[in-house]
Amino acid sequence: MPIFDEELKKLKETILKMGALVESAIRDSIRSLVDRENELAKALIERDHQINAFDVEIDEECIRLIALRQPMAGDLRFITTAMKITTDLERMGDLAVNIAERAIELNEEPILKPYIDIPKMSQIAQGMTRDSLDAFVRRDKKLAMDVIMRDDEVDDLKLEVLRELLFFMVQDPTTTSRAMKISFVAQYLERIADHATNIAEMVIYLVEGKIIRHMALPEK
Amino acid sequence: MSVNNSENLKSEVKALNFYYGDVHALKGINIPVFDKKITALIGPSGCGKTTLLRCFNRMHDLYPNNRYEGEILLHPDNINIVGKSIDPIEIRMRISMVFQKPNPFPKSIYENVAYGLRVRGINKKRFLDEKVEASLKGAALWHEVKDRLYESAFNLSGGQQQRLCIARALATDPEILLFDEPTSALDPISTAKIEELMMSVKEQLTIIIVTHNMQQAARISDWTGFMMLGELIEFDRTSKIFTAPHEKLTEDYITGRFG
Repeated sequence: MPIFDEELKKLKETILKMGALVESAIRDSIRSLVDRENELAKALIERDHQINAFDVEIDEECIRLIALRQPMAGDLRFITTAMKITTDLERMGDLAVNIAERAIELNEEPILKPYIDIPKMSQIAQGMTRDSLDAFVRRDKKLAMDVIMRDDEVDDLKLEVLRELLFFMVQDPTTTSRAMKISFVAQYLERIADHATNIAEMVIYLVEGKIIRHMALPEK
Repeated sequence: MSVNNSENLKSEVKALNFYYGDVHALKGINIPVFDKKITALIGPSGCGKTTLLRCFNRMHDLYPNNRYEGEILLHPDNINIVGKSIDPIEIRMRISMVFQKPNPFPKSIYENVAYGLRVRGINKKRFLDEKVEASLKGAALWHEVKDRLYESAFNLSGGQQQRLCIARALATDPEILLFDEPTSALDPISTAKIEELMMSVKEQLTIIIVTHNMQQAARISDWTGFMMLGELIEFDRTSKIFTAPHEKLTEDYITGRFG
C-alpha cells in the first residue's frame, strides 16, 4: 500500500477510536444519571482529556497531510471532513461531561420521576453517533441520510420531556431546580444528536462533493 | 458544468481527430476555450495533451502524413484553424507557443523580441523600440535587461530566457498563447515568476497550458481538461476538477492512484 494510503487508513482508525470514546462517554453519562452512579460520572469526566487529546492529534495529522501530501479530490475531501468531524466529536464529549455534572447534582436529591424518554433519546443519539462514523469510514451516503432523518425523533422527544417537566414545575415549584437540571440534560442530548447530524452531513460532502448544510431536506 | 455570461468562447474544439500517419492520436475531442481565461490540459505521458496543444498553431504541419479531422474554431471570425484552406503561417501570427525548454534565437535580447515583427516586414526603429520595451515589460523582464538589450540572449539565466521567449511571443500581439510545460526546466522562483506572468497576461489574451505539475494547473488555471489515451475524459472548472471530479479516472489520476 502506498505511504499516503497507509496514512489515510491510520487517520481513519484514529477517528474511530475517538468516536468509540465519545460514544461510551455519552452512554456512561446517561447511565450515571439513570442508575444514580456518581463513580461512573466522575470517571467519564476524568476521561474527557483523552478525547481532547485525540482532537488535537487528528487536527495536527490532517494539517501535516495537507502540507506534505497535497491531497486532491476525494483525499482532500476526506481530510477536510476528518478535521470537521473531530470538532463535532470533541463537543459531543464536552456535552457528555455536562450531562455527568448534572447527574452528580441530581443524584444528591430524591428522584423526581423515573427516567423514560431521556434513556430513549440517549439510545437514538448514541446510534446516530455510531452510524455517522460508520457512514464516514464506509463512505455510505444512504446511512448518512438515515442519521440525518433520525435527528427529528430526538427533537420530538426533547419537546416531550420539556413539556412534562414544565408540568412538574407548575404543579410543585419545589421541583423546579431538579426539573431544570433534567431539562438541561435533554438539551445536551439534543445537541449531541445535532453534532451527529453534522457529521452525517459531512459524509454526504465526502461522498458527493456537495455541501448540504443549511439546506431544506426532502420530505420524508 | 455551468458557464457565466461573462465567459465568452475564444475557441472551440469540435470532434477533433488527429493522426500521426496510421496512429490515431486524438479521438473525437470537444473542448471549449474561454476568452481571457487559462485552460490547463493534464494527463499522463502519451495522453495526447501536447498533440492537442500543437494542433492550435498547426505545428503538426511540419511533418508529412499528419492529418487533422474535425474543427478548431477560432472566434470571433469563426475560422477553422485546422482547415485545409487556412494558412498555418497566418494562424501562428495569432496563436503563439512557448516551449518546455527556453529556445531563444542566437541573437541579441532586442532582436529576439523584434524578430516576429521584422518577419512581418516591420523595421521602423521607433516602433520596434516601443514594442520591444512593452513586450519585455509585459514579460516582467524589462528591469533586468534594459541596460543590456544588445547582449546575446544566451547570457540570460534559464528563467530569464523563458520570459524572453514569452516577450517574443507577446510582441506580435497574439490572441492565444500556448504553453507546453513552460516551467518544467525552471526552479521554483522562476516558476513563480512565469506563473505570475501568465496571470497578468491573461487580462489581454487567452492561455492554454499543458503541464505535468498538477499543483501548477490548480494554481493558475480557470478550466482544466483531463486527457487519457487520446481522449478527453473530463473538462470542468479547475476548482471542481481538483475538489470533486466527476469521473473516477480523473480522481485516480489527480490523487496519484493511477493504474
